Amino acid sequence: MCGTCGCGSGNNGPEILKPGEHSHTHDDFHHHEHHGEHSHNESHHHHHEHTQANDNSQNHKHKVLEIEQDILQSNQLLAARNRGYFEAKNIFTLNLVSSPGSGKTSILERTLTDLKNEISFYVIEGDQQTLNDANRIDALHIPVIQINTGKGCHLESDTVYEAVKKLDIKDNSVLMIENVGNLVCPSMFDLGESKRVVIISTTEGEDKPIKYPDMFHSSDICIINKIDLLPYVNIDVQKLKNYALQVNPNLEFFEVSAIKGDGMNKWYNWLKSNIK
Amino acid sequence: MHELSIALGIVKIAENETAKANAKKVTKIELEIGLLAGVELESLNFVWDSAIKESVLEFAEKEFTIIKGIGKCIDCDTEFDMEYIYDSCPKCNSNFKGILQGKELRVKALEVI
Repeated sequence: MCGTCGCGSGNNGPEILKPGEHSHTHDDFHHHEHHGEHSHNESHHHHHEHTQANDNSQNHKHKVLEIEQDILQSNQLLAARNRGYFEAKNIFTLNLVSSPGSGKTSILERTLTDLKNEISFYVIEGDQQTLNDANRIDALHIPVIQINTGKGCHLESDTVYEAVKKLDIKDNSVLMIENVGNLVCPSMFDLGESKRVVIISTTEGEDKPIKYPDMFHSSDICIINKIDLLPYVNIDVQKLKNYALQVNPNLEFFEVSAIKGDGMNKWYNWLKSNIK
Repeated sequence: MHELSIALGIVKIAENETAKANAKKVTKIELEIGLLAGVELESLNFVWDSAIKESVLEFAEKEFTIIKGIGKCIDCDTEFDMEYIYDSCPKCNSNFKGILQGKELRVKALEVI
């Protein structure tokens, strides 16, 4: 499946780059052949090929294929494959999702800086364009791959699969996947992560969880960022949490300020408790 | 606008299945879309024509079956219609529920020649 939006072909397919790397071949990913063994062809649905009801004459070999196939199946198959790889190598993988500007990269930077001596981190950055985020992570001497999705509005499991191969992750690590800043589209695309983390900041409306329910519904953790701004912004954090819990009663919350460091220890403790 | 991804996923399924059946093109495609699946039908219709261009689906008739959302309360077992994914149980107000249907996103059948 192609993640390209608004354009069916051309130079808008995802690119997978390391900091300092340039790629001029845009075509590599555009056709998404899904590398062999996991194409739809081998899946388990059966064909009931029968000719149409009026089987008398003049039937130009009209066949009905009752395939009952999930449209997201190819993404889900490859996500399951990623997940199996992560579990086998004991790689705890987080998929970080949020609107643009909620502070995904800032939370990552702070977390990596504070914990990099204790935990072996790897990062996959997803953005439509630029290596800017990968460069921010690279500056912390953490192995990082940038996926530029072009016009694509979300990461899919096939590009993550390619990026993971390129990262060459050691066993017993933590992989942080920063998704494209978008509170709608990434919710439907499982990447094979262990947990999904949705980030919302205090400068956003408290009703965002019910405005964009799918993302909150599919997440495990909700980080409320920029709590240092609470004296200046008009938001009721409890109300925000109530809305989020209405969508997903199993959500676990962390209130942090990635810039000032407030609340980060609780988040770190959760992270460490998940690494065996 | 993940609907284009969805549309291109549908095209890929149609291409694969048509090839497997040794058929040339699709005359009709039946889709099942759940109302809680996170797909805007308007957006899907909007991107449809550009997604199917020069594919086996280019001249296919498209038929949607819309599947409404039904949830079952985990606390009191009430089954209820869901319009939104965050709808609470109308009987006991609990937010803990299982979604019985409405998340479907399927190519049900293809008519090929």
